[in-house]
Amino acid sequence: MKYWISVAVFLVLALAAALSGVNEYVFYAGYIVLTFVVLSTAWNILGGYAGYVNFGTGAFFGLGSYSAVVLFKALDAPLVVQIVAGAAIGAALGFAVGIMTLRLRGIFFAIATVAILFIMETLMVNWRYVGGATGLQLLRPEVMAPFGSYTRMLFVVMALLAVIAISVARYIQVGWIGRGLRAIRDSEEAAECSGVPTLRLKLFACVVSGALMGAAGAPMPMYLSFIEPASSFSLNWGVSALAMPMIGGTGHWIGPVIGALLLGSIQQIVTVTISNEINVLVVGVLLVLFVVLAPDGVVGLFRKWARRSSR
Amino acid sequence: MIFSFDLLFEAVLFGVLLGCFYAAVSIGLSVSFGLLDVPHVAHPALMIFGSYCAYVVAGWGLDPILAGVVLMPAFFVLGVLIYRFYYETFERRGSDAGVRGLAFFFGLAFIIEVGLILGFGVDQRTVQAPYIGSSWVIGDYRIPYRMLVAFGVALVLTFCLSIYLSKTFTGRAIKAVAQDEPALRLMGANPVRIKQWAFGIATGVSALAGAMVIIVGPVEPAMDRLYIGRTFCVVVLAGLGSMTGTLAAGLILGISESIVLMMAGASWAPAVAFGLLLVVLGIRPQGLFGR
Amino acid sequence: MGAPLLQVKAVSKHFGGFTALSSVSLDIAPGERFGLIGPNGSGKTTLINCISGSLRNESGKIVFENREISRLPAYRRTRLGIARSFQIPRPFHSMTVLENLLVPSAYVIHLREAEGEAMALEILRSIRLADKAHVLANQLSQVELRKLELARAMAAKPRLLISDEAMAGLAGAEVDEVLDILFRLNESGITIIMIEHIMQAVMRFSQRVVCLDAGRIICEGTPQAIVGNPDVQKAYLGA
Repeated sequence: MKYWISVAVFLVLALAAALSGVNEYVFYAGYIVLTFVVLSTAWNILGGYAGYVNFGTGAFFGLGSYSAVVLFKALDAPLVVQIVAGAAIGAALGFAVGIMTLRLRGIFFAIATVAILFIMETLMVNWRYVGGATGLQLLRPEVMAPFGSYTRMLFVVMALLAVIAISVARYIQVGWIGRGLRAIRDSEEAAECSGVPTLRLKLFACVVSGALMGAAGAPMPMYLSFIEPASSFSLNWGVSALAMPMIGGTGHWIGPVIGALLLGSIQQIVTVTISNEINVLVVGVLLVLFVVLAPDGVVGLFRKWARRSSR
Repeated sequence: MIFSFDLLFEAVLFGVLLGCFYAAVSIGLSVSFGLLDVPHVAHPALMIFGSYCAYVVAGWGLDPILAGVVLMPAFFVLGVLIYRFYYETFERRGSDAGVRGLAFFFGLAFIIEVGLILGFGVDQRTVQAPYIGSSWVIGDYRIPYRMLVAFGVALVLTFCLSIYLSKTFTGRAIKAVAQDEPALRLMGANPVRIKQWAFGIATGVSALAGAMVIIVGPVEPAMDRLYIGRTFCVVVLAGLGSMTGTLAAGLILGISESIVLMMAGASWAPAVAFGLLLVVLGIRPQGLFGR
Repeated sequence: MGAPLLQVKAVSKHFGGFTALSSVSLDIAPGERFGLIGPNGSGKTTLINCISGSLRNESGKIVFENREISRLPAYRRTRLGIARSFQIPRPFHSMTVLENLLVPSAYVIHLREAEGEAMALEILRSIRLADKAHVLANQLSQVELRKLELARAMAAKPRLLISDEAMAGLAGAEVDEVLDILFRLNESGITIIMIEHIMQAVMRFSQRVVCLDAGRIICEGTPQAIVGNPDVQKAYLGA
């Protein structure tokens, strides 16, 4: 119950902020941070809960973006339809990759996600309808009242998506599915011999993860008024979506959120004040530091500190 | 597109040379991932780092291949250190090693890539040598000398490593540790030291491989991403643990890429390695000669 | 015997060029206490893996309660009533002892959390591990891990339990404790296949013993007959 109250409060605050006179930049940056909340939460459902690492978050995210563009260009589809389509296509891609490689060891799945990423990029580079390598400029439709700008509206949309993603992750984690995924992560062979349908559960996690990533990608072209393959399908999305849960903590749904808020904010600051390259360096260094020194992430550190101070 | 047998033959010829080159750059991964089971997604990044090191050393007047050879001992040491660190931090602790190990190497690859961007910028770098830029002309066909050089070095490298692994004591120990670590322990050998030695060799070889990369064409820091596809494609297609398979797999990839390049152009070529990798994973994940 | 509980019919398994099992056949009667012995590398664990479904045999059939299960994935076989423990314990290390048992109780018996906990505690009490119920599995001692392996298999309410070297590395009293658990399980109606190197345990426990060597069955009979068999002695001593 506490959870749903917090959710309601968060959404009300987000809406109120969007309708207020707060600086436009807050929403510009906030949208990106919220996108990362969705991506890292989605990543964690397969990576943190089940232990299967996805390097190719960009493939699902970018595919969501491109399907939104295609629907917008061909059918003038509204944002809601774009998002649902993004989720559906992300789910389909998750199923396809999963059925092909989740029977194999974790590293093969990871490499397959990189392969999908590059193949998607190559396909879009060679597809003139969506602008090929140079990309496409997009004309946004009229902004829906009561929002003052498109960015503010997208901010609220992404806040809603973030709530959906976190709620899904929480539901999975707390229930019997979560226990099964954790068993798979701890010892897949023992899980299978304890009655856990490992392939099915992994596929399920992969499909849900892919759907959320695809949904997160759908509003992106509208946010940028632009789409192009190189940035949509960049491996950088992958390293962020992986680093944020690993830094925040992979065992609990709050971990990716903490990681996304922390790292996402740091990224915004560094990119604006220093450079984009240093930004990627910071992500890489923080990832390695946490993986080596604090494997249970911020959540783990907090738990240790709580245990120590209760003595 | 005009199809002609001449073009096809030239593409296949080029593909054979390219394939041997791909085999050579994948040998390090064949050892570190194929034999030692280390999820070494940073292998291509280390190799490109080797390319830049060769660029610097070649800039002091040394021939690029020689530069690569000169760098091998330093890279060997680097490899030993990396493996030691990986082992102590991840394999020892057992649980969750898979996810964290993968994340570690992924992060490492990014750190190397950005380091190169900060050090050298995003522009492409090339090296100069008498055999770069000219071609061997036989009849209607032109074979670039630099490809022949890469082909030659590749064969020598593969041959030497295969001999080492099958004829020397340490080499056989490396193969043994891949197959039956407990038995090796019972024989008194220390598996960790053997693995660290093997990883060192794999990384040392990557220095020479990196030199070949920059001989074959210009390099830029983000190239490691492309080579993840090529090296893993070769290693998986060959079958984990098979050295000779690496050559065969390299040839298959090289010829496929060359033909696609001829028929569909450079915008499609990057996808070949990744596509082939997916096909192998989907149909025959143990590869051609896998254990 | 009457209708056998488990039938292994001419099962073979290869790993590349290496033959791990070569046309192995045996029948297990319901309620039987069956011992499987053989030197290291003889194929015992491979056979167990083929029965439990962790591996697929290339030829031959595995029939359980008159139903062919050779093509079924392992989790289905567990749900049909075959449970196993692992030679090297594989606990769910991020979970407590109790939570470890909640996995089979949820996925095999389909119990809800509360009922599952009740059942799990009962099992833990029966093997004297209840005091560790809320301890993380990665903090247990060797013998406690072995008991957890068995407890987790028990939580699947199997009709056939395969114990893979559950006593390896344990000392006198600990061996007796584990043996006692297995005896009690058998008395409650569970058929048990025991793989062991500790000969006195095999002798005390088994009604029938089969000896494997290099992927083949070289001897089958009562414990006394097996121990005296020259082929068995040769296999172990490599004369």
